[in-house]
Amino acid sequence: MSPFLVSFKLALWTSLILLPLGLLLGRWLAFSKITCKPWIEAALFLPLILPPTVIGYYLLQLFSPETFTGALSIKLLGSPLVFTFPGLVVASIVVNLPFAVQPIQLAFSSLPLEVREAAWVSGLSPWKTWWHIELPLTWQGLLASVTLVFAHTLGEFGVVLLVGGNIEGVTRTVSIAIYDSVQAFDMQTAGWYSVALLLLSLLALLIVRRSQPSS
Amino acid sequence: MSSALTVCIEQSSPIKLDVRLSCKPGELLALVGPSGSGKSTVLRTIAGLHQPGAARVACGSSLWQDSQSDINLSPQQRRVGMVFQHYALFPHKSVLENVMLAIHDRPRGERRQQALEWLARTNMTGLESRKPAQLSGGQRQRVALARALAREPAVLLLDEPFSAVDQQTRRKLYRELAQLRRDLHVPMLLVTHDISEVQQLADSLCLIHRGRSLQQGDVQQVINAPRNKETAKLLGHQNLIPARVLSKGRDHTVHELESGEQMRGPACDFESGSSVILLVPPTTISIRDTPSEPQGINCLRGTVTDAVGLGDELSVRLHLDTVAKALRFRVPLHVARQRNIHAGVALDVKIRDTDIHAIAAERS
Repeated sequence: MSPFLVSFKLALWTSLILLPLGLLLGRWLAFSKITCKPWIEAALFLPLILPPTVIGYYLLQLFSPETFTGALSIKLLGSPLVFTFPGLVVASIVVNLPFAVQPIQLAFSSLPLEVREAAWVSGLSPWKTWWHIELPLTWQGLLASVTLVFAHTLGEFGVVLLVGGNIEGVTRTVSIAIYDSVQAFDMQTAGWYSVALLLLSLLALLIVRRSQPSS
Repeated sequence: MSSALTVCIEQSSPIKLDVRLSCKPGELLALVGPSGSGKSTVLRTIAGLHQPGAARVACGSSLWQDSQSDINLSPQQRRVGMVFQHYALFPHKSVLENVMLAIHDRPRGERRQQALEWLARTNMTGLESRKPAQLSGGQRQRVALARALAREPAVLLLDEPFSAVDQQTRRKLYRELAQLRRDLHVPMLLVTHDISEVQQLADSLCLIHRGRSLQQGDVQQVINAPRNKETAKLLGHQNLIPARVLSKGRDHTVHELESGEQMRGPACDFESGSSVILLVPPTTISIRDTPSEPQGINCLRGTVTDAVGLGDELSVRLHLDTVAKALRFRVPLHVARQRNIHAGVALDVKIRDTDIHAIAAERS
């Protein structure tokens, strides 16, 4: 499998899993009034400032067969998560959590409470309120979330290298392939991969910008 | 069959609430009070959008909320139509869709037809496909009202619905609401702090201050005869003069001011000798034609301390010579010019005895 396919597969899985997760967390953070909210937000947004290698290190510790989570993954998958594609997906989810949650949280935060209350008073159930009112008014946030997660996953390097290694067809993503090509002085391949990532990132940012309500 | 609404709310925080009110079907009850007094919280509690410490909200025989028996229906279950202060229309939906969303359990065609009928009744025909952002303030208010009514509510709640529109539109909307309410046989609650709005629209008034319902009753009755000094001040009465009940006749009472002057008023319940506060509505004060005559009953003399022109009237503050109190009233501008009324001049006034109201002095 080419590095592009591995990257796309990883980005797709990460986006698919993070969309509902980000939606639940982002909406909850936007509407919740619990006192420990800043702590939860700080923990969720930690990957934004932590070096990817630090996250990678802790994930390696977490995936270790000596730990409960590591033992559980061996029991469920039959092998450790390290250097496997499922392991890469787990790592990618952790790293991309803030990119998934923040746009959704912002979108729901900007939804006036009065509008939701008007829906309830009009007799709309919570589910119907979500479907008829909340979703149409926050879809731009959802789109921004998916686009950011997809693009960021395509370019993720540090955590991917630490947790997934560099196994061709399994965990070698485009960013790893660029690193590999440069190491082997194959600058032309590295250049092609880089241009492709550059254009994809630009496109993703354009989509995110276009989906902002002000634009 | 429509039923009366009875509400009892008690709460100690975040704001203290102690409110009791009731509203009959077809009655429009105005909740009046200064900003932050808890009026909107009362409305939100009735709608199920606020959960106070303890509350009992009943609409006829159906109990919507009762803290004692752990009953608390959701906003969806309460059948409340509510017009929010800023209308809270669904911005992505058309006018028609906004109203259709409030109609349930009917086929789409029927919902559409019903929504169109409500929009026609609120004078919105022809604007059904517009989005809220394409409407004026008055039009938004009409859509919000149509949406609230389309729910076929058991109670209609109006939270300062006229605050966001200009004076001209407001007058038009008053007329429309007055026409519309003739066919509405449900309890209607209107939150406002505008007394003139209350006088034009409401049947009854409940005065709320610092989370407490102070007085409820017929609009004119509450305005003209507030229960105590606090209520009188909240209703905008400024001319409050301390006095004592001197004597009581069959149809009148004679009060004596601290300075010994006598004021005749309608019969009241106070015993002779009781300390009272006389409430003197500005409209009962007139300038005496012959100030040289000796001071008689209901006649007072003072010095103008402030005279400000307000349109075709002059707003006058008259500091009384014998009592350390002032009277505020208005004089037509041409009369003021004729009599050369300005700050510093002495003025004799007479107070019409039929509209003076005595309130208890100790309950200030």
